[in-house]
Amino acid sequence: MGAYEFDLWVFMLAAFLGFQLIRGVSPLLHTPLMSLTNAISAIAVVGAILITGAKDAGTLSLILGFSAVLLATLNVVSGYLITDRMLKMFKRREPAKK
Amino acid sequence: MNPAPLSSGTLNDIILPILYMLAAAGFILAIKWMNSPATARRGVVVGEIGMLLAVVGTLLRFDVVNYQWIFVAFFLGTAIGIPVAYMMPMTAVPQRTAFSHACGALASALIGTAEYYKGISQGPKITTVEMTALVIETLLGFLTFTASLMAFGKLQEVLPQRPMTYKGQNIVNLVVFAAAAGTGLALIVSPEQAFLFPIFTVLALLFGVLLIFPIGGADMPTVIALLNSYAGLSASAMGFVLNNKMLIVAGALDGSSGFILAVIMCRAMNRSFSNVLFGAFGQLQTSTAKAGERPVRSAGPEEAAQILEAARTVVVIPGYGMAVAQAQHKLREMADMLGKRGVNVEFAIHPVAGRMPGHMNVLLAEADVPYDKLREMDDINPEMPMADVALIIGANDVVNPGAETDPKSPIAGMPIIQAYKARTVMVIKRSMNPGFAGIDNELYYMPNTIMLFGDAKAFVSSIVKELGALARA
Repeated sequence: MGAYEFDLWVFMLAAFLGFQLIRGVSPLLHTPLMSLTNAISAIAVVGAILITGAKDAGTLSLILGFSAVLLATLNVVSGYLITDRMLKMFKRREPAKK
Repeated sequence: MNPAPLSSGTLNDIILPILYMLAAAGFILAIKWMNSPATARRGVVVGEIGMLLAVVGTLLRFDVVNYQWIFVAFFLGTAIGIPVAYMMPMTAVPQRTAFSHACGALASALIGTAEYYKGISQGPKITTVEMTALVIETLLGFLTFTASLMAFGKLQEVLPQRPMTYKGQNIVNLVVFAAAAGTGLALIVSPEQAFLFPIFTVLALLFGVLLIFPIGGADMPTVIALLNSYAGLSASAMGFVLNNKMLIVAGALDGSSGFILAVIMCRAMNRSFSNVLFGAFGQLQTSTAKAGERPVRSAGPEEAAQILEAARTVVVIPGYGMAVAQAQHKLREMADMLGKRGVNVEFAIHPVAGRMPGHMNVLLAEADVPYDKLREMDDINPEMPMADVALIIGANDVVNPGAETDPKSPIAGMPIIQAYKARTVMVIKRSMNPGFAGIDNELYYMPNTIMLFGDAKAFVSSIVKELGALARA
């Protein structure tokens, strides 16, 4: 039971940390924020790797694991790239005038 | 074929936990640095490094031995992900976000499904705790998958944007949800009843579809944020199944982020969660809409340009209509021309303007509007009485004074951008048809309001032309 109790504590603290951090994010960046957190939660790819790479993975595990790795990788790659693409557009200075 | 030079025990027990912890720290920093545009890009890099550490560490685990499928999937995911990221137009950001919620949630649900079948066919018996986490993971994963696909369909306008309602809808939804939750509970009690799992899956998928049926376009910001939260919670539940703290932290951060954004969106509409999810906003109010038979004042681009040029302060209030008409670039051109002539142009952004949180900001930033010109509602409202012109483009409910004055209005109590306090109000609008929610807007009939009828982009273009002519004259 120790492990699960510990996990619950981690979850509780991380959720509160999340609340505090997100409150600090300006509404200006809410769209890139959502895109970033979405990329971060695609770290689920780790679980997919464990399923797909296991020595005794059966056909069902392979199909499900493979699809999950693909979907999560898609989210990681496009999530980070799009976040960065959006953030690049936010400029402070006035655009150069002729 | 273990590529790790270290003894496998050392890697799995000592190095990997540290890599995971560093990855989690990276994710936390990434979100922290999102609080300012100056540091945000650094945050993305830190997040990427964290992700890389975690993935490489996992690949080196001694219990990961089959690489071919993993690498094929990496390759395919990257090959699809890169073009999607670079070719997607910024106007499609809400759809893309819904789509990626669908992908993330489905990945999580599939992993949960694989874990379940692995658990019942081999190894030690699944404990009640693990099974509870598994049920939460797959329930949230599957329902978020179909719900996000539905949201994608509505945003892409494959599906009607209006809320789809029928009699007894809430009861049907409740029954389906109760059935899904009941089957989940039965699985927790006796995981070996494998025939229940497909039923559970179908019910979860079905509930996701039904959940989005009654959601209208104007409620999308809240719903997208909520789905973001669910996808994160599903990943977090996976962390409980795999006993992986990094997953728990990453999922919890995503879950709390989505939840906070949803709360902010609800507050910006003065509505509750349940009202957004079950209220079918927009449908009920169509009867209250009156056809625009009352007199309004209207003007052409020439007069509009003269008024704008004579102003000292202009506040532009954009809404979803600006995004639809793709008017943001022309708008920036207009702002630049006015700026050169000494007019101070600012943009006032309502939290729920557009189809997702922050939607307007991204579009205007893409059009090269500097972000210090983008002002939040609470920040700009005290300055509205000093504004010479409030120029409203494609926004309706977020400037409707009825929200403040008419307690019977469907949007009563919703905080608005107080455009009506400006000396002159100009509204670019196609016609006098009531907006999305079908609510009549008193603003249009005020004596200091001038209606500018036409397509947002075309009208702003004409204003730009007129301003050019004025400059030459």
